Order: sequence, then structure tokens, then C-alpha cells
Amino acid sequence: MRRLTIPGRLLPVASAIVLVWTIVPACAATIEITMENLVIAPAEVTAKVGDTVVWINKDVFAHTATAKNGDFDVNLPAKASGRFVLKKAGSVDYYCRYHPNMTAKLKIEP
Amino acid sequence: MFIRCSAAIAAMVLFGSPALAQGAKPTDPQIAHIAYTAGVIDINAAKQALQKSKSKEVKAFAQDMVRDHEAVNKQALVLVKKLNVTPEDNDTSRALSKQASDKLAELSKLNGAAFDKAYVNNEVAYHKTVNGALETQLIPSASNGELKSLLQTGLKIFQGHEQHAEHVAADLK
Repeated sequence: MRRLTIPGRLLPVASAIVLVWTIVPACAATIEITMENLVIAPAEVTAKVGDTVVWINKDVFAHTATAKNGDFDVNLPAKASGRFVLKKAGSVDYYCRYHPNMTAKLKIEP
Repeated sequence: MFIRCSAAIAAMVLFGSPALAQGAKPTDPQIAHIAYTAGVIDINAAKQALQKSKSKEVKAFAQDMVRDHEAVNKQALVLVKKLNVTPEDNDTSRALSKQASDKLAELSKLNGAAFDKAYVNNEVAYHKTVNGALETQLIPSASNGELKSLLQTGLKIFQGHEQHAEHVAADLK
């Protein structure tokens, strides 16, 4: 039986592929959501546990990203951003405490 | 009943004032003045609440009102300067101010829970009235695009405040 051998010149490529393969699934994504003119965009986002959500407040007004189920309450001063690392799966509706007409949803997959 | 009356008066002030009567559309300088005045009125009401109220929730709400309306009015001032528009006093602004100072005087006689309730209920009614005026009259009448867009942002802010005030009112019950 012939042994599977990797030619020496391909070794760095092969190990790079293996390296990327190992790192990518562990590397959680960062998801950006903007708040501008009192609108949250995108209004619905699908993410995974371990991902970081960054809310960027482009308004001159302070906002919050407040989960209806109490999972998070991120303060977003005017022209500032805030982040939250998703810890558990589920569909979470959130809103701004100061302007409850601003609403959106996070769909968090395990 | 009492609240409904004050909202009705505010509505009459906004919709039935001589300045806006006979289908006359308010001009941009008048609209800017009315919108700015509406913001100042809410800031003054909030400052009274910050002095008088003992409720943490009511005070937090009042602080939100000061912060947001000051931010809107600051933007309004930048815009009128940029557009070289001088806000023009008018009967609607005057009537609004008169009604607001009467309300401040009335609320100054109340204390504790009675004050909190009256303040928050008036906030619901006041924002509702201003939203109605913005939607049906001020925004459609504005001829400058940037003024119109600022009023539209203002409308969303005011709608947010109306809902926020409704939440606070429900908590006070």
C-alpha cells in the first residue's frame, strides 16, 4: 500500500489550510448594527452564540439596546457604540428604553 | 377628563390658532419657531419635574426629555443658521407658550404622587398633540427639505417619548 505523502513544497500550504480550518470555527463573528435617525438597521439579524454584536449609535441622541427578556441592556450614548457577546441561543426582541418605538430582533443560533 | 381637556386645548391651539387658520400654511420660519418652542416647553416641564418629583423613574424620564429636546433644538439652531432663516414668532408659538406656563403654574401646586401623575399624564397628552401637529400640519407645510427631514426625526423622537411616557404612566398606577 502506498503511503500518502505530501511533497515538501506543498507542506506550508497544507499546514496553512489545516491552520485556517482549525481557527475559523473558533473565531466568532462581530456583527454591526446601526442606530440612525431612530431606526435600527438591520432590524433582524441572525447570529451565533459567541458572536459579538456591536451597536453603532450615529444619532445625537442617547439610545439603549435593551432585551425584552432581560438578557442585555447596553447603553449607547450619542455618537458612540456598545457591544455585547451573545451567551445563549434564542430569538430576542430588543428596543431602546428612551424611544420604545425603536425595536429590532436578534435570532441567536446555538 | 382634566388631561383630555388640556390635550384638547393644546390641539385647538395648534390647529385653530389665527396664524394657522383659513387653511393658511405656516411658513418655514414660523414652523421652525413652533418646533423650537414645543421643545423648550417640554424642557421647562422636565426641569420642574426634576425639582419637584421624588420618584426615581419620573426623574429619569424628565432627564431623558431634557437631553433629547436639547439635542433636537441644538440641531434646529444649526440648521436655521445654515439656511439663514430667522425663526419667526407667531400666534401658535405664543398660544403654546401661554398654555405651557399655565400648566407649569397648575403643576407647581401639586406635590408627591399627585404631581408625578399629573406631569406624566400631561407628557403623554402633550406629545400626542405635538405629534398630531407635526404629522398633519408642520411636516407637510415645510418647504425646505432639510427642515422637513429634521421635523421627521423630531416626530420619531416625540413618538418615542409618547410611548416612554405611557410606560411611566402605567408604572405609576
